[in-house]
Amino acid sequence: MAVRLAWGLALAFAISSPFWMSGYHLYQFSQVLIYAIALLGLNLLTGYNGQLSLGHGAFFAIGGYGAAILIVKFGLPFWLAIPIASAVCFVAGFLFGFPALRFGGLYLALATFALAVAAPQLLAFKGIDFLTGGSQGLQVPKPGALLGLPMTTDQSVFWLCLIAAVALFVIAGNLVRGRFGRALVAIRDHPIAAESMGVNAALYKTICFGVSALYAGVAGGLDAVAVGFVSPESFGLALSLAFLVGIVVGGLASIGGVLFGALFIEFVPNYADQLTVYFGENAKALPGAVYGLLMILMMAAAPMGIAGLLRSLARASGLRSQ
Amino acid sequence: MTPGEAANGARPGTPVGVLLGVEGVTVRFGGVTALDDVRFEVGTREICGLIGPNGAGKTTLFNCISRLYEPSVGDISFEGRPLSRVPRCEVAKLGVARTFQNLALFSTMTVRQNVRVGAHAFARASFLAEALAMPGARRAEREIAELADSLIEECRLQGVADRLVGELPFGVRKRVELARALAISPKLLLLDEPAAGLNHEEVDALASEIVSLRERRALSVLLVEHHMNLVMRVSDQVVALDFGKLIAKGTPAAVRAHPDVIRAYLGSAA
Repeated sequence: MAVRLAWGLALAFAISSPFWMSGYHLYQFSQVLIYAIALLGLNLLTGYNGQLSLGHGAFFAIGGYGAAILIVKFGLPFWLAIPIASAVCFVAGFLFGFPALRFGGLYLALATFALAVAAPQLLAFKGIDFLTGGSQGLQVPKPGALLGLPMTTDQSVFWLCLIAAVALFVIAGNLVRGRFGRALVAIRDHPIAAESMGVNAALYKTICFGVSALYAGVAGGLDAVAVGFVSPESFGLALSLAFLVGIVVGGLASIGGVLFGALFIEFVPNYADQLTVYFGENAKALPGAVYGLLMILMMAAAPMGIAGLLRSLARASGLRSQ
Repeated sequence: MTPGEAANGARPGTPVGVLLGVEGVTVRFGGVTALDDVRFEVGTREICGLIGPNGAGKTTLFNCISRLYEPSVGDISFEGRPLSRVPRCEVAKLGVARTFQNLALFSTMTVRQNVRVGAHAFARASFLAEALAMPGARRAEREIAELADSLIEECRLQGVADRLVGELPFGVRKRVELARALAISPKLLLLDEPAAGLNHEEVDALASEIVSLRERRALSVLLVEHHMNLVMRVSDQVVALDFGKLIAKGTPAAVRAHPDVIRAYLGSAA
């Protein structure tokens, strides 16, 4: 009940925001939604299924570049380009899922880490710069008003992100509540017992990888359209690590938690950066230190993430927990 | 050499049919022979006890039936079908369920969710139908929920149904594992040391539970157990292993009196 109320409030806040928020803040909240979608995908894989990925920035990049190339070079509208790029991500993730079956735990983390390291290099590769624009990147036209309604670019981007996010949250919720989600968690908790119960672990793990990459791809595609620009530097290692930070801070194996994770990775570095305004150029290292300190405090206060913290608060206060 | 072929005693009554056939199974791990040409059969609706000292190969045999291990030689058939061609995750769909010696529950899930995983193979719903919560997927989920609820009742777990299994005492967790195994609607139930860690009365209750399960659900049971009293009480047939070799098979009375069995047990106990 309390959980439904929280979802309702969050949705009401989101729907109302284009009507009162400034363009810049709306843009920031579009980024929050984009990150939330990517985190949701990563949480399905890492939180629910126990497959550690340090390379989701690479799938985000495929989605971003895929959509950008389809829009710029092939003249497709964004509403076709993003789904096609996301489908490519699904296939890429599904295929990567097969070698991933052979790696456990930290070895998988390293294999995906390699993806994150390689992605910016490959994107800047000269041999394909007729498509990717090389290290210059690609300029992506921003979407105009949706359905011919009077709205600014920031507003249409926000609506686009909100519609995609709502649909993908509902789908993820359906998946984790049912047979599929139970199978994912069963594989994470005890793979041998899961298989003895008739769960095809290899199939579920590869599909989970594909779905997870698809979510990252949708997020990447939306990001390309929202920012209006893709370049190799925007999909570096830092992005992959930020995703991991997001799901841990938000709460592993939690759907709602990724919203908190997304807020954290969008706003905390931003506010930390503003500290240099007060302390001058001599405090260049300060934002990183503050970000790191906040993360440590966060983990100390809420080792199960913000979702876990809320869950235990709800239990303590006697509300029905979910 | 086929030890135990000349076992004393015959099975009581004629078996209705062979459900599980262990056909000359040999398992080697490097230089160690964990199972050596083991042959026996489990009939439909039969309770078969599998005994032997530690390291005799009982759990290894279970793991071969569950397809966790591949026999080096020989095969196991279920309803006449060779299991060597069945992928591990399909064994449950054939109707073979198991419990584990040291419990293998999904520790972050509730009792109810654990039992529902047991019903995984039982339902069919496509990925897309589930993602979009289409009527077919909802119906499948409702069936799973109902099946799990009835098993929770049958195994007297109503009081703890929404607790995380990690928080529960050992004896209760064993009942959860049984409920989860029954959710497969098995024709053959493999129980790996179900009496371990139970007190005297609990073992008595377990014995009647196993017999009553067979009556209620018309299933066969293959039971690995150290608790000799329990095995002798419930089994129609007892198979004794020692160092991977079958040393005796037959009625409980005959196997108990078999000189090799006495030697194996006294040897290991002394």
